[in-house]
Amino acid sequence: MNMKITQDISVGSIVHGDQAGSDTNPDSYVTVGSPLMEDPKMRVRSVDVFYAKKQAIFDVNFDIGRNEVVSMIGPSGCGKSTFLRCLNRMNDTIDICKVSGELLLDGEDIYSKQIDVVELRARVGMVFQKPNPFPKSIYENVAYGARIHGLTDNSVQLDELVEQSLIRCGLWDEVKDRLSEPATGLSGGQQQRLCIARAIAVNPEVILMDEPCSALDPIATATVEELISELSKNFTIAIVTHSMQQAARVSQRTAYFHLGKLIEVNDTAQVFTNPTHKLTEEYITGRIG
Amino acid sequence: MNEEIKIGRHISSQFDQELDEVRSRVLKMGGLVEAQLEKTLVALRDGNSDAVADVAKTDQKVNQLEMDIDEECTQILARRHPAAGDLRLIIATTKSVRDLERMGDEAQRVAGMIEHALDNDIKKKYYKGLLSLGEHVKELLHSTLDTYARMETRSAVKNIRMDKSIDEEYGRVIIKLMDRMKSDPDNISDALDVMWAARSLERIGDHCINICENVIFLVEGRDVRHTEIDDLKEQLS
Repeated sequence: MNMKITQDISVGSIVHGDQAGSDTNPDSYVTVGSPLMEDPKMRVRSVDVFYAKKQAIFDVNFDIGRNEVVSMIGPSGCGKSTFLRCLNRMNDTIDICKVSGELLLDGEDIYSKQIDVVELRARVGMVFQKPNPFPKSIYENVAYGARIHGLTDNSVQLDELVEQSLIRCGLWDEVKDRLSEPATGLSGGQQQRLCIARAIAVNPEVILMDEPCSALDPIATATVEELISELSKNFTIAIVTHSMQQAARVSQRTAYFHLGKLIEVNDTAQVFTNPTHKLTEEYITGRIG
Repeated sequence: MNEEIKIGRHISSQFDQELDEVRSRVLKMGGLVEAQLEKTLVALRDGNSDAVADVAKTDQKVNQLEMDIDEECTQILARRHPAAGDLRLIIATTKSVRDLERMGDEAQRVAGMIEHALDNDIKKKYYKGLLSLGEHVKELLHSTLDTYARMETRSAVKNIRMDKSIDEEYGRVIIKLMDRMKSDPDNISDALDVMWAARSLERIGDHCINICENVIFLVEGRDVRHTEIDDLKEQLS
């Protein structure tokens, strides 16, 4: 990965473009709002991403706070999922993808040669749009990661870990009598909650969610959103979503991406009632898409 | 300081139509309330009983429009989940519509009082003394509706200043009426009725200011209720 020389950008120094988004020049690139903070869980500085020669992410500077839920919104192709994948190096699996800049987890450079990327992905877990349980039993889906990471000493501890993970995801009562059955026999909403249980079983610090509810019905969606709210007490969560109502419901801060640029980051309430940047206003009011 | 809200078109043209429809109904409602106030002033000036009847008839239309617009706004909230400027537009509209309806009630109250004074020359004379106040309130109402139509903040601030003058004029009217009560104690109850009418006109001015504050909220996203005019200018600059 190419490392850019990063400047020491103090909190808040990037921001405050023009007043009242209607006058902000949409062609200028200044992330407005509050993208930075003190003592973040994850710190992103001057990150660019290329797919071969095509640049997908332009100079993103962004902090993700501890135990916060931050949502990322923007039109299709704006780079939000690409950016999300940077946070646990899932872009490494794409040959033509090149990431430059600085990404820190608790002050540690996650792109350093010293980093074990498998261990990183346990610390920064991911839940995908389409529920993807392993073709294994419900029990094994949760136990597998914990087992390979050596998180338990014996089967009793493993049983307890599986049970606790499923309880935390609100799935235990629904599956406790059929743990040995295939996970693929669960409903979509249950499968997604199982994937979340699988992610939290390895004791992550950050959970990345890429449109976790887009394949779910409204009731399953509400259940997962409730779960996100509960989980945020113990984890930092970054969620990419196409649903602005979901972003408004679940997150404390919202980040708006547009054509690979991070346009605005602000308190969610402000983004949805009085956004600072004109592009943000245009997107969330349905004037661009 | 003068911020205008530039309303670009939505991808959904139907949503645009719905918002346009709401705004145009509010202006229609405002027009009816203006007509009510005009008729009330005619009644004040000429003691015209037809004008009094017109005010009451128009009030029914105003009330119906209030309900219709509220219903439309509710539908928009339910179906469109508006955000940012669109959300503020709906909130500002539902509040402004309430203020317009109240203005209509106040105008009708004044008209009703005049109706009871049509055969009372002293009272009619007292009511005529409210004409100047009434004309200023009418001017403020017209300017307020213009502010809503154009959705800009400079005239909203100007209107807020205008209301201060109206409040001062109202104060002078009250003092004058009180002097009359002292000098003509046999007709105190007549003077009291006129005081209530003056109060209603002054209240119309206050409702205009509520609408202007709603417009500032809509354009700027700031809640400027309970803000002094000088602090307001500073906040908006």
